[in-house]
Amino acid sequence: MSQAVTKSLDLKGLSCPLPIAKTAQAIRDLASGDLLEALATDPGSVPDFNAWCQNTGNELIEQTEEAGVFRFLIKKA
Amino acid sequence: MADTETKAPETRPTEEVLAELQAQLSKHERGSARHKKLVIVAWGGDLDRVWPTFILGTTGAAMGMDTTIFFTFWGLFPLVKNEVRITGENWMQKMMSAMNRGGTDHLGLSKMNFAGAGPAMMKKLADEHHVASPQELLEVARDLGVKLVPCQMTMDLLGLTKDDLIDGIDPPAGATTMLMEAQEAVTFFI
Repeated sequence: MSQAVTKSLDLKGLSCPLPIAKTAQAIRDLASGDLLEALATDPGSVPDFNAWCQNTGNELIEQTEEAGVFRFLIKKA
Repeated sequence: MADTETKAPETRPTEEVLAELQAQLSKHERGSARHKKLVIVAWGGDLDRVWPTFILGTTGAAMGMDTTIFFTFWGLFPLVKNEVRITGENWMQKMMSAMNRGGTDHLGLSKMNFAGAGPAMMKKLADEHHVASPQELLEVARDLGVKLVPCQMTMDLLGLTKDDLIDGIDPPAGATTMLMEAQEAVTFFI
């Protein structure tokens, strides 16, 4: 059974550091265990989201790419 | 001997004690071996220095780091309100502010400034590539709780008052406060 996404964040077109900064701002409103979906086009966001999750303790549970859009599924710690 | 030492904790259910220890351990693992604090000394007032200052500052805060930016010398001018024209008490301070206008709208480049044509081109490029402006990043920094600390000595030297500076910043402080903050922090001098 897959858990429903609590919030989806459109970060397409944005450059560093906004995808991460806006993700940090958005995740504040979520509860622990909630799922946040982030869609970005910045190729740098791939290593950045991995590093960000590692440092904040939030879990990157899925990472996919489709037609130049990177999709990150994050579970709030 | 060993019996008397272990008796007290055994009055609590083993599962409860275990869960507590595991929680403490995972908290420790997450927090250790990583810098949890970021201190940036913003010394330069050029657009190409202020930009990375705010990029690193907002990112640090976004990563959950306790982030402080200490604004000193030329670095203090970007914190002057955009609408403030002349600052200072005496003619020297006034002349300095006239030749080096404060505020994030009036930043020059350290190279290829071309009397303002360079920054204008840079801003156009930034717009096209959706790179946030220093002003936008400053607002994100404030929202994410970055501590923005003006250097008291620079304020005195340049004749800048609290009213000349933007709202929502921290009280002015000195080098000692900054160095206290910098302990066990990752630090940058920009």
